[in-house]
Amino acid sequence: MATQVETKPTAPPAPGPHKERRKKRAWILPTYTGVIIAYLFIPILVMIMFGFNEPAGRYNFQWEGFTTKWYNPDRLLEFEDLNEAVKNSLLIGVISTFVSTVFGSLIALALTRHRFRGRAGLNLGLFLPMASPEVVLGVALLALFVSLNVNTGFVTIVISHVMFCISYVVVTVKARTSGFDRSLEDAAKDLGADPWTTFWTVTFPLIFPGILAASLLAFALSVDDYVITSFNAGGTVTIPLWVYGASRIGVPPQVNVMGTLLFGIGVIYVLVSIFRGRRQGAVPSPPVKAG
Amino acid sequence: MAEIRLEKLTKEFKETLAVDHIDLVVEEGQFFSLLGPSGCGKTTTLRMIGGFEDPSSGAIYLGGDDVTDLPAYKRNVNTVFQSYALFPHLDVYNNVAYGLKRKKVDQADIKKRVEDMLVLVDLEGYGPRRINQMSGGQQQRVALARALVNRPAVLLLDEPLGALDLKLRNQMQLELKRIQREVGITFIYVTHDQEEAMRMSDRIAVMNAGRFEQVGAAQDVYKLPATAFVAGFLGASNLLDGEVEGADGSSAKVALAAGSTIALPAARLPNERGSVRIGVRPEKIFIEAAGSSGGGTENRGDNAIEAMVDISIYTGVSTSYECSTTDGSKVVVYVQNMGASADALAPGSKVRLSWHPEHTFAVEKNSSTEGGDNEMSDRGGTT
Repeated sequence: MATQVETKPTAPPAPGPHKERRKKRAWILPTYTGVIIAYLFIPILVMIMFGFNEPAGRYNFQWEGFTTKWYNPDRLLEFEDLNEAVKNSLLIGVISTFVSTVFGSLIALALTRHRFRGRAGLNLGLFLPMASPEVVLGVALLALFVSLNVNTGFVTIVISHVMFCISYVVVTVKARTSGFDRSLEDAAKDLGADPWTTFWTVTFPLIFPGILAASLLAFALSVDDYVITSFNAGGTVTIPLWVYGASRIGVPPQVNVMGTLLFGIGVIYVLVSIFRGRRQGAVPSPPVKAG
Repeated sequence: MAEIRLEKLTKEFKETLAVDHIDLVVEEGQFFSLLGPSGCGKTTTLRMIGGFEDPSSGAIYLGGDDVTDLPAYKRNVNTVFQSYALFPHLDVYNNVAYGLKRKKVDQADIKKRVEDMLVLVDLEGYGPRRINQMSGGQQQRVALARALVNRPAVLLLDEPLGALDLKLRNQMQLELKRIQREVGITFIYVTHDQEEAMRMSDRIAVMNAGRFEQVGAAQDVYKLPATAFVAGFLGASNLLDGEVEGADGSSAKVALAAGSTIALPAARLPNERGSVRIGVRPEKIFIEAAGSSGGGTENRGDNAIEAMVDISIYTGVSTSYECSTTDGSKVVVYVQNMGASADALAPGSKVRLSWHPEHTFAVEKNSSTEGGDNEMSDRGGTT
């Protein structure tokens, strides 16, 4: 995208010295970048901002005045069913993230290092949950659960979340495992590490950043999901279901606060993973003399 | 005790025979090279000794014990990989300490051995460095230290200098040789570089198409190549067709297709009669203008043929002449530029090429590796 903008001003051969021309277009890229970043962040900023709003009526859509009272635990937790929904969402998120990350990472490893029958099919099949419309998946899962006489609820939500998260985990972890230098594992074995030790001392630490990123993505997808969850939730309520239900009578600022807190946790998680990535040796090395 | 022995070792990949029933004994403390063109099976052989490939058949003995079915992590053998394969998530110290930690050596001992090893490879004080902060040559030394610190019975090196530039390569060759002498461990060194192999090794095995063409001391393999392939791969050589005329005691006579009869030690003939190919190294041949034959004191030997200069190339230290004999065979001659014979022989001039019977070798005429020979002669000429 950036290149698109960069090429535009070079098209007409501008008169004058080269430096001046460069100075003239120096503002384009920063401005463009700023606009895109604003586009990405404004919704989040609005969410955070309205967590500090003091709405006049039931609707938290108009800025009335600044307050931090929604952050007071008494007010934050005043809706029992919202608390329940948050608890459900977090629990479902953690369980489905864990399960899908473990299975997805193993599938990614298998796909990148073994040639087995049905490998191409699996590679393609993994894209299907990502490519097919969520509504279709939701309906299909419901039909499946009903025909198997399974009562929908907490467990069916977890099952469905694991199902669609795995694809994303596989794709994310595969990006890391496909560039993996197998001779590192040979080296570990050569130095006396059995396969189990080799995995935990060499393979896992090296693909860990990919696994961390994948788990973050899976958690976000799970906490966020409305469509598939709504078909398979039974009586269980998650945050998206509760917010959607509440939107008809007015979403209270507590929802914004919960959202802000979740967002904060996500940011910390990302920062930790970036920091870890740095320490893993992604820092450009200073030039060192040969010899 | 650290002798290594291969018995009928074979590796088949789907349709190709990568390593074809090879037998080999490498004695303890030797610097042994497996030399051959890419795809000849030398790396596969090394990987089987290291335990990274399972042999299709045959056996590997390490100090008398059969280790054929032992997994890599249980073999008292360590490898320096072509790509070094250093762990990027560990610093230099922990890379070198990795093997000792697996063996549950106690911390103080690990520290001492790692630091001693870093001194040996000239990397004292580099312990806390990250791998990506090290240059190629330094990484090479870390890889060496990481393998040697475990005191293996045998160290395997898979073209470890391939990624270095020429100057660093030459430096590291000497360094490796020094370290090998200091630690006294058997080194098995895989390379496709004949100069490197000759410079460093006690013994060389020349490999081609999954088999050994010749195994012997570096000098012997160079002086007396057993096959046309070896002659072409190890340095440059001239091969001339001829018919064996018969032996007279220890000396044999061969009539060359190029028109003259030459002599060589009878023991060097691959077959007692019939066709052979006579070989002589370019630097062993004396070249002079055809008319002046016979009288020169510089005459290097009794073997002589008539030829014509095609091309002469002046390279400073020496001049190389490409000549063709009367039957069309090509002969390359290197002449040291010592100043005396300043008048270079011009292309087209008739010359007499002579050499000593002692410098003559012979290989089988219809060896299966003739294709390889032609290909390798070119390579030999360029190095």
